[in-house]
Amino acid sequence: METETIINKEIAKKVTERISGSEAIVRCLIAEDVKIIYGYPGGAIMPVYDELYKYKDQIHHVLTRHEQGATHSAQGFARISGKVGVAIATSGPGATNLITGIADAQIDSTPMVCITGQVPSHLLGSDAFQETDIVGISTPVTKWNCQVTKASQIPAAIAKAFYIAKSGRPGPVLVDITKDAQFEEFDFVYEKCTKVRSYFPVPKTDISSVEAAAKIINAAKKPLIIWGQGIILSEAEEQLKAVVEKAGIPAAWTILGASALPTSHPLNVGMLGMHGNYAPNKLTNECDVLIAIGMRFDDRVTGNLSTYAKQAKVIHFEIDAAEVDKNVKTDVAVLGDAKVSLELLLPLLNENSHPEWHQQFKDLYAIEYEKVIKGDLYPTKEGLTMGEVIKEINIQTKGEAAIVTDVGQHQMIACRYAEFNKTKSNITSGGLGTMGFGLPAAIGAKMAAPDREVVSISGDGGYQMTIQELGTIFQQKTAVKIVVLNNEFLGMVRQWQQLFFDKRYASTEMVNPNFVAIAEGYYIKARKVTKREELAEAVAEMMASKEAYFLEVLVEKEGNVFPMVPSGAGVSDIRLE
Amino acid sequence: MSAEKQLYTVSIYTENNIGLLNRISAIFQRRHINIESLNTSPSEIEGVSRFTIVVNMTEVNIKKIIGQIDKQVEVIKAFYHTDDETIYQQSCMFKFRSNLLFEERNIQNIIKESNSRIVTVNKDFFVIEKSGKKEEIDQLYKELSVFGIMQFTRSGRIAVTKDEMKITALLETFNN
Repeated sequence: METETIINKEIAKKVTERISGSEAIVRCLIAEDVKIIYGYPGGAIMPVYDELYKYKDQIHHVLTRHEQGATHSAQGFARISGKVGVAIATSGPGATNLITGIADAQIDSTPMVCITGQVPSHLLGSDAFQETDIVGISTPVTKWNCQVTKASQIPAAIAKAFYIAKSGRPGPVLVDITKDAQFEEFDFVYEKCTKVRSYFPVPKTDISSVEAAAKIINAAKKPLIIWGQGIILSEAEEQLKAVVEKAGIPAAWTILGASALPTSHPLNVGMLGMHGNYAPNKLTNECDVLIAIGMRFDDRVTGNLSTYAKQAKVIHFEIDAAEVDKNVKTDVAVLGDAKVSLELLLPLLNENSHPEWHQQFKDLYAIEYEKVIKGDLYPTKEGLTMGEVIKEINIQTKGEAAIVTDVGQHQMIACRYAEFNKTKSNITSGGLGTMGFGLPAAIGAKMAAPDREVVSISGDGGYQMTIQELGTIFQQKTAVKIVVLNNEFLGMVRQWQQLFFDKRYASTEMVNPNFVAIAEGYYIKARKVTKREELAEAVAEMMASKEAYFLEVLVEKEGNVFPMVPSGAGVSDIRLE
Repeated sequence: MSAEKQLYTVSIYTENNIGLLNRISAIFQRRHINIESLNTSPSEIEGVSRFTIVVNMTEVNIKKIIGQIDKQVEVIKAFYHTDDETIYQQSCMFKFRSNLLFEERNIQNIIKESNSRIVTVNKDFFVIEKSGKKEEIDQLYKELSVFGIMQFTRSGRIAVTKDEMKITALLETFNN
């Protein structure tokens, strides 16, 4: 009996079906448990769309209004769920339109699989209609990519793509499939990929490096933890909290690390970097031990490297060996998965509380509160601030919402002031700074987490870069809440022009359309707020809506984001005004 | 670690895949680094390719680049070495008109003294080949240039390291 079962299993494994390459692509996606994909049809990918029609009960294809929107939606999907996002497009312009999203996913370590159609293999290199060398173009911005010209290569290529996208430090991959390979029939069998020779995604944590780190941390008088998205990607939120609490170490975050530890946690001392909080920036240059976990010392975090944490011993917990010593020289590097490493670290740490050190953070926070935060959140002057809008959203969502931001002033304000109770709640374009990211990313986030409240917050500039995705929201009935903080400027560039270019506002003033009418044109409920008195009620109406809702808030035209570490300055040169 | 620029020989063991050359060269390109020479070939292990790339840069930066190359999915391992740590050669070819061989007796001497060899001779032209260090090839070029070189080409550097690189052992760990 047992033998029989084994034999049956063997047969089941080896049973093949004769199907087309295009059907195989869809069947591979189903085998990878993909339920939603984002894309746009076109000539070279049509056989796949024909199969998607057949398999529509198993895979929901979301027609975005632009391929860039498809990638950002796939990214939003991936960021909130931890799963691989999938985007699909045709050859030529369809494929090149994916590039911004791919580059964004690469620099922000987002797992994404992109599938592109390609001209038939006999036309490759002939400048055929809608032919572009997408493998060549995407190479520097993908974790891995390949071109498939035979149907029989499809299952292995897609299996490898999913494995590489998700494992280790995640990233985007692209599989380009010629049209003849999509038509060709072959004997289909799918096996998931679990290993690629030459690829070693997670270095094994070396316990001696953890011990060395623990020794330094235990001896520290002024330790500071700075964490990044690595915590979220390795799902090490509990381990981070345990380490922070046991050793009593103040902990600050990069914007991609936001929400890994609740905003309200007493040891969460705020955001790092150019528009981060005053205390963690200033005290980076006063701590005696800097413990970086799953972050890569981006220049927006460090400012001028020659004056960055020179007094401190630096410990770097990192999955990607190429990040160690790339920007900041470390004293101890702990390579490996953050969760595994922190679990090993925890029992080696002494309990501690560092009350005087904490007081320094509190004192600097009080200064920042007086000079910046009070005015941002409780303004008395005329003109709404971006900060008070975020505060109102905090109040009404009780910090439970996922906040999806675009890029610019509103993004910095949202990251500074949004309250997060849950992890994976801050979805934004960090490394690439992609304006236009927010709205489509919010679509993906809401689809991946339909039970969560998803609030998309954009500025009037970035919103118009992917405004066409309102069509996707309408067609898909995606209940995202869309907030545009409209200052009628490209605000962050204008702020730099004010501070560093003598107020020469070159091409930053926006003459905007009627945003409410545009949303209503897509049959999305919409409202515009221009007065403080209307704000709370308007946010309440938005949050009460069961459907998508658009809220435009006209904010002060020339508001600035502070604190600010000017470009090229050190973190301790952070300005409050 | 030296902050001075110097020549490094980068040895990269990889899978033999279309597009990998592009992926590797892009890593140099985005840091605006000129590749002095580049060679791809099979390696001592069946199915494993080897890139040999020569660049002029600081050790601090070559280390970062090696890390970024090493993490590419289809790269098995990347190394960097100084000239002292490698045995290296380049090869070159010169093409001349055949009559020079009889009219310019000194050419024969140069060929002999430089350890070059004649690859082929026919009624129109003859071809000299020489393997050695770049400086030797440069010297030979200088000496031969007076005769009117019809064609010249020099290969990329190939190098073996004095130290073992243990790729076979590494591949075993990947397989386990």
